[in-house]
Amino acid sequence: MKYMSAQSAKAASEALVKEPGNARVLAGGTDLLVQMNSGNLKVDLVVDIKKIPGIRDIAAKAGGWRIGAAVAGAELGEHAGVCAMWPGVVEAAGLIGSTQVQGRCTMVGNLCNGSPAGDSVPALVAADAVVRIEGPDGSRDCPVLDIPAGPGKTTLAKGEIITSVLLPARPAGSADAYLRFIPRTEMDIAVASAAVSLTVDSDGTVTAARVALGAVAPKVVLVEDAAKAIIGSKLDDAALAALSKACESACNPIDDKRGTVAFRTSTAGVLARRAALIAYERAGEAK
Amino acid sequence: MRSLHVSAMVNGDPVEFICDPGEPLLDVLRNRLGLTGAKEGCGTGDCGACSVTVNGRLVCSCLVLGAEVDGAEISTIEGMADNEELHPLQRAFIDGAAFQCGVCTPGILVAAKALLEKNPEPTDEEVRFWLAGNLCRCTGYDKIIAAVQVAAAEMRGA
Repeated sequence: MKYMSAQSAKAASEALVKEPGNARVLAGGTDLLVQMNSGNLKVDLVVDIKKIPGIRDIAAKAGGWRIGAAVAGAELGEHAGVCAMWPGVVEAAGLIGSTQVQGRCTMVGNLCNGSPAGDSVPALVAADAVVRIEGPDGSRDCPVLDIPAGPGKTTLAKGEIITSVLLPARPAGSADAYLRFIPRTEMDIAVASAAVSLTVDSDGTVTAARVALGAVAPKVVLVEDAAKAIIGSKLDDAALAALSKACESACNPIDDKRGTVAFRTSTAGVLARRAALIAYERAGEAK
Repeated sequence: MRSLHVSAMVNGDPVEFICDPGEPLLDVLRNRLGLTGAKEGCGTGDCGACSVTVNGRLVCSCLVLGAEVDGAEISTIEGMADNEELHPLQRAFIDGAAFQCGVCTPGILVAAKALLEKNPEPTDEEVRFWLAGNLCRCTGYDKIIAAVQVAAAEMRGA
């Protein structure tokens, strides 16, 4: 195995393209090193991206925040600006692993690991976050929703790396929230999860919403019908019931010892409803 | 496989070592630097027995490559006492019998120290939450939480 600390995104991309064997990007390593240490993954080249200038920075960008690909969960949680604008994204990223894992784990790593249960992914999708990708053909932007391709797989081409994720600007009266169900109280993998981002106007009517579900399909699901169910409402019981129903209809989960199809489906609807109410309350405070 | 030359600071002292590209920091500390306080419980970041800080951040050293820490500042359990003078956390763990077999203890002490630097007056719930990534199979945790609170009170001058 070879280790390379890339000094630029271009150098990282070139090294990944040139490697004929199995090449992996290293940021926090909290998934990659687990796979390597357990002997499940043979890697020929590790490209450490943490020395790339700017990749550990959180920068204000056009009213939103650009989060570098190597920003750790703990660093994100300590950033007052991001916490104020995107509390749901921060709480989702904060659920990845233990305190020790938070010292290293990244949202972009959570996304590129390709797990359908990654906690930050539904929150990023609800936030309509966009990743910046550097590759052999230059740079491009891509919505987070279009990165996962299925369990353990992404749509990134050989030599492409994500260097940052943009959490966009949003109007006053906006907020988001993320909830997951796990069988334990801490440190577990989501059995079902839901993220809701919404905007309310001055009289408390929802004017915009995005609802995303995790761990209930081969990849994160954006549920447009669930958003439609609450837009124009003040989250009355009928709107919330329609939201839950739309979420249940969007589920296509696996059946395993951690949760049956019926349990995951029903739980996703309940979590979406509760997340919507939390986001709504936060949005009221953000007016 | 090509070995790498790495320079870092460990517990305030400059160190240099040669390591394999895929070698975890934990193995470097234990096998190359003779710092055997950090333990390998799982090797997959679940148990916290290998906890150290890298540039002030609490991490599992089994999930860091030795190659990554070039230029970094690392603190381990060996740097916790001030020569013969034990850290208040170490004394509180002894006085409160907050360990039995001791395998998890170095990691828990390093993690608890990081907590008290960030939050000098945590609630019991905050201590339990912060230490959720440090597994202990002997004590049932109650004495650990109590010892952390005793040390926290002493460090606040209470």
